[in-house]
Amino acid sequence: MVNIFVELSKYVILTLMVLYTFHCASMVFSPVRGNKEWHLFMQLLLMFGLDSLSFLVLFLQQKDLWILLYYLAMMALFVLLQLAYRTLYPKASGLLLNNTCMMLSLGFIMLCRLDMASAAKQLIIAAVASGLFLAVPSMIRQMRFLKKLAWLYGGAGVLILMAVLGLAQSSYGAKLSLMGIQPSEAIKITFVFFAASMLWHRPTKARIMITAFLQAVQIGILVLSRDLGSALIFFVTFLIMLYISTRRAGYLALGLGVGSVASVVAYHSFAHVRERVSAFLHPLLVYENEGYQIVQSLFAIGTGGWFGMGLGKGSPQVIPVVKNDFIFSAVCEELGAVFALCLIALCMMFFLIIVNISLQIRNPFYKLVAIGLGTEYAFQVFLTIGGAIKMIPLTGVTLPLISYGGSSLVSTLLVLAIIQGLFIYREDEEEEIERLRRQTEKASLPFGFSWRRKGKRD
Amino acid sequence: MASPGGEKGKETDRNREYRLAAGFFVLIFLLMAGYLIYFQAALSEDFINSPYNTRQDSFADRVIRGDIVSSDSQLLAYTHVNEDGSSDRIYPYGNLFAHVVGFESNGKSGLEADANFLLLSSHEYFVTQMKNEFQGRKNQGDAIHTSLDTSLQSAAYYALGENRGAVIAMEPKTGRILAMVSKPDFDPNFMWQNWDYLVKDENDSSLLNRATNGAYPPGSTFKLVTALDYYRRYKSFEGYSYYCEGEVTVGTDSIHCYEYSVHGQEDFYQAFANSCNCAFAMIGTVLGPWSLRETAQDLLFNRNLPIASYRQSQFTLGSRSDTRMIMQTAIGQGDTLVSPMHLALITCAVANKGVLMKPSLIDEVVNASGDSVRAYHPEQAGVLMSQEEADALAGLMEAVVSYGTAVSLGWNGYTAAGKTGSAEYNEEGASHSWFIGYCDTEDPKLVVSVIVEGGGAGSQTAVPIAKQLFDTYYYG
Repeated sequence: MVNIFVELSKYVILTLMVLYTFHCASMVFSPVRGNKEWHLFMQLLLMFGLDSLSFLVLFLQQKDLWILLYYLAMMALFVLLQLAYRTLYPKASGLLLNNTCMMLSLGFIMLCRLDMASAAKQLIIAAVASGLFLAVPSMIRQMRFLKKLAWLYGGAGVLILMAVLGLAQSSYGAKLSLMGIQPSEAIKITFVFFAASMLWHRPTKARIMITAFLQAVQIGILVLSRDLGSALIFFVTFLIMLYISTRRAGYLALGLGVGSVASVVAYHSFAHVRERVSAFLHPLLVYENEGYQIVQSLFAIGTGGWFGMGLGKGSPQVIPVVKNDFIFSAVCEELGAVFALCLIALCMMFFLIIVNISLQIRNPFYKLVAIGLGTEYAFQVFLTIGGAIKMIPLTGVTLPLISYGGSSLVSTLLVLAIIQGLFIYREDEEEEIERLRRQTEKASLPFGFSWRRKGKRD
Repeated sequence: MASPGGEKGKETDRNREYRLAAGFFVLIFLLMAGYLIYFQAALSEDFINSPYNTRQDSFADRVIRGDIVSSDSQLLAYTHVNEDGSSDRIYPYGNLFAHVVGFESNGKSGLEADANFLLLSSHEYFVTQMKNEFQGRKNQGDAIHTSLDTSLQSAAYYALGENRGAVIAMEPKTGRILAMVSKPDFDPNFMWQNWDYLVKDENDSSLLNRATNGAYPPGSTFKLVTALDYYRRYKSFEGYSYYCEGEVTVGTDSIHCYEYSVHGQEDFYQAFANSCNCAFAMIGTVLGPWSLRETAQDLLFNRNLPIASYRQSQFTLGSRSDTRMIMQTAIGQGDTLVSPMHLALITCAVANKGVLMKPSLIDEVVNASGDSVRAYHPEQAGVLMSQEEADALAGLMEAVVSYGTAVSLGWNGYTAAGKTGSAEYNEEGASHSWFIGYCDTEDPKLVVSVIVEGGGAGSQTAVPIAKQLFDTYYYG
């Protein structure tokens, strides 16, 4: 009986996801304002249906009352978040908020299915981080001096990393962490803020050099702590920000050159880089050793097929570190490749929402901050999903909002809170422009500007 | 964009780099989605069917393993469900299909391993699946309809008798494998009981499928490769002449013909039909190691065979090889190692105008109600030689049956072509007995590859086995 229910619900869950993605796409790609509220409301309904059904499926299989309690707690968190945002920030992006909740809930569902204890921990961290998620937008709005704190960001980033490197030296591990906090997550924001505050206003050569040096130091420390995935994310982010602020493609070429040399050096000097490349090139031949992880991931994705095995019906737990680095493979196995394609589309639109903000905002410092944070997000998604499907070698980074991991969750929510802050800032900017326009019209200059307003993007 | 009209041009320009960077990442997202689709559509099967994939075994909780059926509708393997819900895998033919059908306890092998995913997938009708679900019964897994033929398989099995070795029979035009025997063998019905014994007997290695994964010196069957290299150099076999004195010496190295027979004056066809070592050793020294190596590699030596789990054949001639090694290699001794399947595939290509079809064992997957779930169609694996070259080699192989070492295949009511081989494998001169060939020279229908370990001359042991297969194919 349960099996039939799981089998049928799998298609319903997929349909809900497809519709949700469709509503998201409608808002991102056809910015007609009138329908916005309706799309947002439909998204909430679909998300509610998807979460409820998924948790019902999990409950019917595991017969564990904690799952129902968990579901209620999760729903309470989402309701509170939605209500609080609508009250505190009527100008905030509803789409960004909905998508954040959707991604979080997908993570909660997969974690509940994989490991209840981790799921509980993740929910608690999400609840606490929601406090930040609520507080930060108003800070962004108030603190107009943020672009002047360049040395604070740069110094903080280096200090955090040095502290970790110094204090954690006694514990040998692939990734260093200080009190459970991953350094790469901790500097995600300071890194972008430092680059933006140094580069936003026509940077001189000297200023660029200083910035590049300090960023290189941070990236170098990450490389030393063997966190190559994060190092790569920061490298690409800096490159993009440098290119955008200087408007010189030459820096891109230079960066790519440095990157190529660095990857060759890394290949020859780090055994774990060589292992990952060999696992990428011929995974089945090195199945017993370095290929095990990626092969298990591909088994999961392949066995899941287009429509998945059904929630709880696969065996994603065989993949090592499935909760962190391979959550995407678990989604593929149990919910199917079509669902996973929707998830990729959602991630892409998440990125596009951020890009739109950076395009529309007028403050050059915030423009650069937005594109920097967006790049970090997009490139991280590429590294983790691309690695799991063996499009590129594995780098061992998490899928933001969905993977298990407190540091990653907190830092991503913080990033999204900043983005919400920028979104509101942009709305403020537009109101200001609107106000000026009215004043100008009142003055009714005979040869004045005619302010035209096109449809607005979300 | 919310942009004041007057500044629009400037604004767009200001955002140019932003758009470019965003476009780049959108492209990456699209590529990622595209790759996932490509993986599911094209690559996933290799991973799903991998013997390392243990996921499929969890299907067994809900699915009764499907049947394996021969092309003449005999059950080769089926699962019997006992009253207490436990089940047994039964192999009605016992040892007969041991290697090719394989086993599924104590690990998996043969078709049981390769088609594991298919056997554990159920395409029973939805209503039936619902009914089973309510009654707490398992669904019946899909059945595999193979290309194997019980009469050809038993002919091969009994013709090989007590000998060690392997026999393969397949269709050159489709790649369908009709029979595949390897000896010594085992009874897949009793894997638990015999397991300790089977994994210990290192000398017998009964579990090894010699047909696909055995490694033998090719002996005179390799003269086919040497002949192809000769043909590629001189575009014809006409005009060749050689006087065989039973032994030939180059420098300090000498080669003699099988049992020191003296063949006298020969053209190319006679040299091939007589399997004259002296002639082919001399041809080898003329062609040289690199030319031979290139042709051998065109014929998939040192290369993956179309099925990656089949053993790769080894060919070692190179710039460091001395004359002795070149002469030895040209007649199929030396360090060359080949599997019976590889020689069968080369023969298939000769019989099929140079085109190699991918070897296959599965014709169709059928659900419990007998309806087709998926049919497998012949697939081309590559072109090993031109049609002209294939015809030239076919002419040589016909000569072997007309007046050479396989005359016993003539005058049986069908036309045949082939090549014998005697591959020495120790210092005492003991040799494995080879035959590769096909029947119906006008319209090749069946290719066979036979090896009998320690069987002596090809014509003595291997050719009679091939004859029994051809006879069975035509007369039952």
